[in-house]
Amino acid sequence: MSNYPPSAIPQRISVLKSAFKCAFPKTLPILAGFLFLGISYGVYMRVSGFSFLYPMLMALTIFGGSLEFVAVSLLLGAFAPLQTLVMTLIIQARHLFYGISMFEKYKGTGIKKPYLIFGMCDESFSINCSSEIPQNVDKGWFMFFVTLLNHFYWVLGATIGGILGSFISFNTDGLEFVMTALFVVIFLEQWLKEKKHYSSLIGVLCSAACLVIFGKSSFLIPTMIYIVLFLTFLKKPIEQDGGL
Amino acid sequence: MTFTQQIITIAICALGTMATRFLPFIIFKSNKPTPKYIQYLGKALPAAIFGMLVVYCLKDISFQNSSGFLPEFIAIAVAVLLHLLKRQMLLSIAGSTVCYMLLVQFVF
Repeated sequence: MSNYPPSAIPQRISVLKSAFKCAFPKTLPILAGFLFLGISYGVYMRVSGFSFLYPMLMALTIFGGSLEFVAVSLLLGAFAPLQTLVMTLIIQARHLFYGISMFEKYKGTGIKKPYLIFGMCDESFSINCSSEIPQNVDKGWFMFFVTLLNHFYWVLGATIGGILGSFISFNTDGLEFVMTALFVVIFLEQWLKEKKHYSSLIGVLCSAACLVIFGKSSFLIPTMIYIVLFLTFLKKPIEQDGGL
Repeated sequence: MTFTQQIITIAICALGTMATRFLPFIIFKSNKPTPKYIQYLGKALPAAIFGMLVVYCLKDISFQNSSGFLPEFIAIAVAVLLHLLKRQMLLSIAGSTVCYMLLVQFVF
């Protein structure tokens, strides 16, 4: 900060403030979802015999919900580093798509970029990719706060769950639907904005078909392959009519 | 599993995850122009990904009996209707989630 002239400091603070004010409301559904899922995950770790430090540090370093649930059973089984790596890459492969999609948007974000990529979970990606950020708000800081808040909610939830363990009981059956609702609404927003629906339809139909054919534990990788294949074969019509 | 083995297992999960997130940024350098095909994928993929994430969230539904899929379908219909009527993201998400919670707790 000392490198900036005195007048630039309040200006920088106001940039941060406006980015935070714009980012926070967008993360509210994730606050609800991550606290709930994070607490469930922490409780699950605790009743499986782990100290709260485990879910807390795993939430901090892995920051990927579905893998962390799987990691509990990996930690309870025999030591199998290769199997762990393969499982990790299979479950997390969808992030490759996020990286390709955010490649241009993350350009010019400077020192924030490594953290933006590190924290690019499903939810951070979805908000950062779909949000229309107002002209007067700094894009880089907006995406940074979205990522940081999501990361914070997840670690907080996992830690609370890990500390309280099974002592808490509350009737929140069905709260996990908040994540489904988030993706449905983002999908719908995208649908309403686009002129033709090639890509949306390819995504839904490939996933649904692969889910039926390959089953729920192994349909993501084939889905990704088919999505890329269809997008490649239909490149011409999509670029001409799709309004990309 | 010893403590060291636990740490290694967690480290593999963390590093493997980071690899999938960082790989595109390592392969394509941001100071060079991005290949045209990758630029195209970058624009065309998000819509497909959101479709994939919706299906991914619904992977546990079953059509064996009505309680296996009706709460999800009704709540999604509520989300879509609310969103088409009001176009308020938080309202659509909160409304459909409350609807889903009521359905699974009291109806099905």
